[in-house]
Amino acid sequence: MGEILRDAWVLARKDLALELRTKTGLASALVFTALVLTVFNFGRDPTAVAALDLAPSILWVTFTFAAVLSLNRAFQLELENQALDGLLVSPVDRRALYLGKLFANLCFVGFVEAVGLPLFALFFNISIVHVLPPLAALIAVATIGFVAVGTLLSALVIRVRFAELMLPVLLLPFFIPPLVGAVQVTARLFSGRPLSEVSGWLRLLLAYDLVFVSLATLLFPTTVDE
Amino acid sequence: MLWADGVRHRFGGVPALDDVSFTLPAGHTLALFGPNGSGKTTLLKVLAGLIKPSLGHAGVQGGRGAIGWIGHQSLLYGQLTVRENLRFWGSLYRVRTPVLDARIASLTARVDLREQLDRRVGTLSRGQTQRAAIARALIHDPSVLLLDEPFTGLDRVAASQLTALVKEFAGAGEGRATILVTHNVEEGTELATDVAVLKTGRLVEFMPRNARTAGQIGARYRELVS
Repeated sequence: MGEILRDAWVLARKDLALELRTKTGLASALVFTALVLTVFNFGRDPTAVAALDLAPSILWVTFTFAAVLSLNRAFQLELENQALDGLLVSPVDRRALYLGKLFANLCFVGFVEAVGLPLFALFFNISIVHVLPPLAALIAVATIGFVAVGTLLSALVIRVRFAELMLPVLLLPFFIPPLVGAVQVTARLFSGRPLSEVSGWLRLLLAYDLVFVSLATLLFPTTVDE
Repeated sequence: MLWADGVRHRFGGVPALDDVSFTLPAGHTLALFGPNGSGKTTLLKVLAGLIKPSLGHAGVQGGRGAIGWIGHQSLLYGQLTVRENLRFWGSLYRVRTPVLDARIASLTARVDLREQLDRRVGTLSRGQTQRAAIARALIHDPSVLLLDEPFTGLDRVAASQLTALVKEFAGAGEGRATILVTHNVEEGTELATDVAVLKTGRLVEFMPRNARTAGQIGARYRELVS
């Protein structure tokens, strides 16, 4: 396991170095997040529905689409000069390849969310300071689930034509359970209600992470081998 | 040493390899000829473990870590420098840092890329990129070299440099074996100790080169594939 984690770190570091150098994926995801929040901000009638009622859904819809956009590029990097073939010929365990991509994607999506959250608070005039620690923990837990499934599916569609279109079609149904859970918990956090009301959703989010990280790690080798 | 034993492979319903068996002992260089679609690249990918054959077995003594792979593409990341690419691939092959740095210095000197070490691969010419790809393939001191049409797009100077490097690799130790897939009978024959011809997925010829000239081998090849 030590070697797998070591190789995963080498792979993740390379992905992050590539992203920091080009910044194309990061810039697109950040602009996209800001645009979605802007559209939602101007596309609602504040006299009809209170911002607090809509905010949890808007936050998670924004993060979901930003994650899809980010995940699309995960394996695109490896198509350049057929680097994926090089990775598959190397002695690196396929699970290390998955975990490396997972870690890099978590950093990438996490950064987009870290920038998106203050923008969301600004646009919707919602104070998040008093709920920041539990909200950050919730975002982390939900994001791990999203990214675990997304990383697996982005590898699955890499050799498919129109992969950019295929990925959201495959991915969004998998996002529904954690999305519902995350919205429910966020709504309780914003309204100051006790989290004991949503303990079932919290357990679902944790179970989702556990199941999909394990399952995706096991299934990944069969998705990349021809 | 490399071997294939009764290898058959189909893509969908289309046969790509049909009962291919051979053994290439250490110290030999095999030039593998065949028309387009005859299964040459598929056979290399099966030997490298990139494709699992439908039937039969194939492999390389020492496993995936013993293989150096040079394909049509460089397998390098265009946004990283030559040095960063070589460090990344060396790390994946678990070459220790001091050895890796020394090997990067010696390999880039051999492929005449010392001046370009800190240039991004995306800014190099085709010939320079292919030389960087050769350094990448040799960074872990492999015992088996698999070359898939490595001369494609190279000018005369770059092609002769590559020929010299492959000769140097083959002659550097008794434990080394090389397979070179090429359309160019002259280039292939110059390097080969053995010659094989694939036709519609079948190995129709496997012979030691002996004293045959490129002209004689070319005539035999045309006779077999006509």
